[in-house]
Amino acid sequence: MNNKYEAVIGLEVHAQLLTESKIFCGCSTKFGNPPNSNVCPVCLGHPGVLPVLNKKVVEFAALMGMATNCEIKEKSIFARKNYFYPDSPKGWQTSQFEEPICENGHLDITLSDGTEKCLGITRIHMEEDAGKSIHDLGYDTCVDLNRCGVPLIEIVSEPDMRSPEDAYLYLTKIKQIITYLGICDGNMEEGSLRCDANISIRLKGETELGTKTEVKNMNSFRNVEKAIAHEIERQIEIVEEGGRIIQQTLLWDADHEEVSPMRSKEEAHDYRYFPEPDLMPVVVSEEWKAEIAKNLPELPEARKARFISEYKIPEYDAAVLTTERPLADYYEKVISVTDDYKSASNWVMTDVLKIIKEDKVDITEFKVSPENLGKLINLINNNTISGKIAKSVFPEMLKEDKDPETIVKDKNLVQITDTSAIDGIVDTILDNNPGQVEQYLGGKETVLGFFVGQVMKESRGKANPQMVNETLKKKLEEKRTGE
Amino acid sequence: MLPYKDLKEKQELIRNGQLSLKENIQSFLKKIDQQSDLNAFNFVFADSIELADAIEKKIINGSAGKLAGMVIAVKDVIAIKNKPLTCSSRILEGFISIYNATVVQKLIEEDALIIGKTNCDEFAMGGSNENSAFGPVLNPLNKKHVPGGSSGGSAAAVAAHLCDAAIGTDTGGSIRQPASYCGILGLKPTYGRVSRYGLTAYASSFDSIGPMAKNVYDLAILLEVMSGYDEMDSTSINKPIDSFHTKFRSHVKFRIGIAKEHFDKGLSIEVNENIQRVIAQLKNDGHEIIEVEFPHAEYSIATYYILAMAEASANLSRFDGARYGHRSDDGIDLDAMYTNSRSEGFGEEVKRRIMLGTYALSTGYYDAYYKKAQKVRRLIQNDFNKVFEKVDLVLTPTSPTTAFEIGAMIDDPLQMYLMDIYTTPANLAGIPGVSLPIGNDSKGLPIGLQFMSDRLGELKLLQITNLLGEQ
Repeated sequence: MNNKYEAVIGLEVHAQLLTESKIFCGCSTKFGNPPNSNVCPVCLGHPGVLPVLNKKVVEFAALMGMATNCEIKEKSIFARKNYFYPDSPKGWQTSQFEEPICENGHLDITLSDGTEKCLGITRIHMEEDAGKSIHDLGYDTCVDLNRCGVPLIEIVSEPDMRSPEDAYLYLTKIKQIITYLGICDGNMEEGSLRCDANISIRLKGETELGTKTEVKNMNSFRNVEKAIAHEIERQIEIVEEGGRIIQQTLLWDADHEEVSPMRSKEEAHDYRYFPEPDLMPVVVSEEWKAEIAKNLPELPEARKARFISEYKIPEYDAAVLTTERPLADYYEKVISVTDDYKSASNWVMTDVLKIIKEDKVDITEFKVSPENLGKLINLINNNTISGKIAKSVFPEMLKEDKDPETIVKDKNLVQITDTSAIDGIVDTILDNNPGQVEQYLGGKETVLGFFVGQVMKESRGKANPQMVNETLKKKLEEKRTGE
Repeated sequence: MLPYKDLKEKQELIRNGQLSLKENIQSFLKKIDQQSDLNAFNFVFADSIELADAIEKKIINGSAGKLAGMVIAVKDVIAIKNKPLTCSSRILEGFISIYNATVVQKLIEEDALIIGKTNCDEFAMGGSNENSAFGPVLNPLNKKHVPGGSSGGSAAAVAAHLCDAAIGTDTGGSIRQPASYCGILGLKPTYGRVSRYGLTAYASSFDSIGPMAKNVYDLAILLEVMSGYDEMDSTSINKPIDSFHTKFRSHVKFRIGIAKEHFDKGLSIEVNENIQRVIAQLKNDGHEIIEVEFPHAEYSIATYYILAMAEASANLSRFDGARYGHRSDDGIDLDAMYTNSRSEGFGEEVKRRIMLGTYALSTGYYDAYYKKAQKVRRLIQNDFNKVFEKVDLVLTPTSPTTAFEIGAMIDDPLQMYLMDIYTTPANLAGIPGVSLPIGNDSKGLPIGLQFMSDRLGELKLLQITNLLGEQ
């Protein structure tokens, strides 16, 4: 990026809420049902129907507001946003305009250089999703209204971001919070989390805002970062060449990594917002607010801090483990079984996360239960098996979530800690390798490693390595002194 | 004429075997057919007769609902499951409702019989019933005259004895004004008293569903059944409902407010004379007549039309040809399909209101029109609040004139809007109002008088209507 300029970025994030039913009717929000099966007269927009607000939506929106340090307004108002489109059966989207439920919030992000940055949140409001227009069936455009009326919150940031990285981190943080709250699954690819960016550039030191463009259709976290970087460059190029930025809406094309303007006709909306007369103002009393706040879970920052102080694990570990609530939950379940917090952290961060990434599974569906992983760690710590054996037991657990104790017993992997058994193996190995014994006695003590290997091999890995070491040293010293 | 004076008598006749409900319905169906020139009905449900025997049996064995045997016509802006719902508009041609309006459900549960759906001004927009895709309704008392509107079909059907009672809707006077023009009773309840679920919205913050009948008993019992909180309507009022039909007979003395603003220029001399006669009578009967003031009365029409049209412009957006109703064959793309479907489907008055409402909400005009009108609406509400600190009821004419001739005002929408001068304030304030006939003009056309009360004061309206009816 040209050093003369600075980018000013604000994000509008839409999050589909995980309520059972739609925002204004009792229809299911379940994804993937046959087209137009989750519908009723209300969400079909039939003549005469009226909306009834789903209370859960208010609670979820307020939770998000609380988690992002917003003011939760005692009174907020729904409004009609008027536009014609076949997947909008009423001819308007019921949203909030002049009086949203949450205002004036902020959240912190940590940049790659470790500095913290506070980003403002202008507002969070509730609204309904539209249906889906399907254009690629080869004949007419078809409309599926299952999604119509699924609740959304829109989180509007202040224009506080200055780089694609800022935007990426902000969005990641939003996702982290909504998934912690359990109000949205945060899946950008499937569209349950959507992000539009308002972008402008200006000369460094300038306080006035430049003309902005709005970039839409960025359907992954990386695409958001890429599209914003691309748009900043595009704007700088235009300005450098003496041109002017036109205020317009652009669509990101992820395949070609470029933006193209939306048809101006689609843009030229006067939404003619006005208060929705069919709904009463939403009143969140102090009482209700307190009730909602009870459902506020421990948020990522707080949980990370607690992991560090309570479990004495490194900050890095705590950060990784708390990125997602289910992962942190998993870790805490592991350490409800074992006291070895650091080993547990290592296992989760390496062995568990590796499989999750490779197999693209969700932690909540991970084959090895946290309880069994805890038991496995305990088996190492109480010398039942070695760490090495444990690494071979883990894949067995992955095949079916069996108790590691059972696996160890069934496969006869219990560590040999019986002195006489180890003595016997050591004797055999020493007897079978007189040459190496000579070398050792001649001063080449590195041969010890060879003997350890042989003993472990003979015991099929089950001999306690520390005991093997000690026994070997003792027996070899005995030979030296000629006993 | 009917062989009974009200539902109570009708039920007694049925119970005593002196009246067959089946024959009663048959005679209504026959009369509807004979008087089809009135054009009061958009759809007649001959199959309603199938329920007659069962309901008759219930009446006889004492298990019947409150409205058992009442034959009711419903304005064709209200949804009845598996029946057409057109709002007298071409744009809803062929549309069949897939659910029952709450009010319809309540009528059915109390064993009323719905004999058909009545004609009205398209989407309830109008005061003469001339704006209907089904053609105008004629006033049964003089077929050259309008029945009033927008619930003109309901008023005409009741006045012509084509049914026992009817359901109308009132957004700016659409129950009271046609009731006045047809010489029957019409009551607009408090906003939110009767659930709007299933009523095709014209102006959501004004729309009220109410009863139209020939006697206070029928009016009262209908209102009682129709009223009540509905979880499907967030604006419905959650307050207990009075037993209107047992309480409307009373000899309370009321404090009645009269404002000179309501007897100003534009009011027909004959209407005024008749009202003055009633006022004198009320005084004579021991009611107290108190002069009151409505400082913002002159802004009622403008305020009402700006807000109602703004809401209508959004409410009617769903009729776009995309999912149901009329779709134009003519159109190369989506925009053309919308434009042509709506241009072909909507009538002139509806288009006018959509255009004006869209304008009032547009960027740059919103503050000057919509927002300003909202403020004035609150001032008008405050006027009423102040007045009702001093009086129980406010008396006004229902309409400045009696029923005018068909076509007389069709080219002058503004003049037509001015006819709503006395009715729109109740809708702006959300309060109830009733229109009752008090005599005829020299042409024999009925003159209506309106009473309004404070919110939820319907019982007072029924009581005063009953007192005047006893004279």
